[in-house]
Amino acid sequence: MSKVIIIDDEHLARSIVKEYLQKHPQLELVQECGDGFEGLKAIQQHQPDLIFLDIQMPKITGFEMLELLEQPPAVIFTTAFDEYAIKAFEAHAIDYLLKPFNQERFDKALSKWNELRSSGTEKVTQDLLESASLSPSQSQRIVVKNGSKIKIIPVHDVFYLEAADDYVKIHTSEGYFLKNKTMNHFEQVLDKEQFVRSHRSYIINVQQITRIDPYEKDNHVAILRSGAKVPVSRSGYGKLKEVLGL
Amino acid sequence: MSNSPLSITRFRVIFIICWLVMVADNIMVLTFFGLPHRAAMIDSAISNTLLLLICLMVMNTLRYYLPRGNQYINVFAICLFLTIIWLLLTKWLLSVSLGHYDGYRDLLHHSLSIRFSIAFLLLGCVTMISILWYNQKEQKENEERKTDAEKLAKEAELFKLRQQLQPHFLFNSLNSINALIGSRPEEARKMVQQLSDFLRGTIKKEETQWVTLQEELQYLQLYLDIEKVRFGNRLATDMNIDEKTTGLKLPALILQPIVENAIKFGLYDTTGDTVIRIYAGREEDNLMIKVMNPFDPETSSPKSGTGFGLKSVQRRLYLLFARTNLLTTEAKQNIFTTIVKIPQDGV
Repeated sequence: MSKVIIIDDEHLARSIVKEYLQKHPQLELVQECGDGFEGLKAIQQHQPDLIFLDIQMPKITGFEMLELLEQPPAVIFTTAFDEYAIKAFEAHAIDYLLKPFNQERFDKALSKWNELRSSGTEKVTQDLLESASLSPSQSQRIVVKNGSKIKIIPVHDVFYLEAADDYVKIHTSEGYFLKNKTMNHFEQVLDKEQFVRSHRSYIINVQQITRIDPYEKDNHVAILRSGAKVPVSRSGYGKLKEVLGL
Repeated sequence: MSNSPLSITRFRVIFIICWLVMVADNIMVLTFFGLPHRAAMIDSAISNTLLLLICLMVMNTLRYYLPRGNQYINVFAICLFLTIIWLLLTKWLLSVSLGHYDGYRDLLHHSLSIRFSIAFLLLGCVTMISILWYNQKEQKENEERKTDAEKLAKEAELFKLRQQLQPHFLFNSLNSINALIGSRPEEARKMVQQLSDFLRGTIKKEETQWVTLQEELQYLQLYLDIEKVRFGNRLATDMNIDEKTTGLKLPALILQPIVENAIKFGLYDTTGDTVIRIYAGREEDNLMIKVMNPFDPETSSPKSGTGFGLKSVQRRLYLLFARTNLLTTEAKQNIFTTIVKIPQDGV
């Protein structure tokens, strides 16, 4: 028996998956969830073998939910229309179900999953999540886990980002949050007019800068509204000047 | 304003070579007529440098002022005038600096007409080439602008079409119907009907058309009914419409995107039940419609929530009334309110 969870905000969308699942008695539906928060809890509790996941959902998207999991399970994505997600799937040769879908198409997705499982490659990869997070809807906010709580940070609330080993420290008015991503990832995802890589280990929200002072020989330091001082390298200073129009 | 032809290295090199050839040629001719080598060099340097300056001036002026149609006679006159100025200047400078050479004044006097015609020809050539260059540049820029404008218009049209079809809404609705067919075929049939009526409404109505509030609300109701099937009892609406306003007019299809935004914002961002409240009333000469939805200030800031839908409404209102203050939003505690005012005086 394999454990399955359905995560979709529309009850009829869940019911059709449930209906199609009846033909597969080896799969046991352990829970249905109406949003990503519920989904997260259910996944941690049941450790399912497979989830059916919608992308556009209340609170957090399907992708954002997967990002919060240390080891995302195998996923069959179900989506109505999402250009960016579909682009990401195509780029990574991931199977997905376009709503509405019929039983045959559903069965095909399941046998594909079975195939991948026998070769041990059924789990969602970080690469996919990386390219999915380039979608404009996801570049507006950062979802982080703070202990057991989930925090959604609108990007304009971010003061600056700081590299910290395998993590990135996201500094906000409420202190900092850690996200298991790279600086390069954030540099790529965030709006380049607002966020500037001022230093190898720092990305600044330019709207927070009050002034930039010279510091030691070739370097500068940016003083933020919060009083924080952020290092600015020589090339970073050039980028900042360009964005600020100096 | 385009760049001067001299901004291109190749042309700059050619220009300088031509000038050097001119200088050398001038020296040779003067030496041939018996002027000492040194005097010939000074003469050539002075006259050609002055000519060079005038050429550069003309080229630069044409950057900002390009003659049109019948103004070419003016260009001719200006060239003539500039050449005369050049000649007078050159004559004065040369006689001051080289007058002490034997027979130089005679030579200068006799060569004035030749000097004049050569300078006039050269200046004319430079002017003509510059005019051609700038004209061509301008044409190219115009063409680029035109293709850019066409591209933008095409993109806007595509976007409009896509907005009309609302693929996300459409496919999700079809998915709901698909689910209903198995379990509740009667409801599936009803939803097919509603969806068809809704789509027909979208396609039928022109963006420029004006409809009564009543018509617009009927159309809105179709949309809400479909959304209610999709989201079940999580979505409820509370309409409060002043009877005196039902005959007032508004641009077609303006309410649905506002309510859609409210639903997305309210329903997608909160997990509990959502009540969307819609009020319509008359305020002075305006029809005022308020749409309220709950939102979760924790997870969604109104700033990022007032997305695309509202922007296009704002844009339409601006195009229709040339005013930017007809659509306003406010977020108080956990209620987000969108207020739209439709002026009635011009209708």
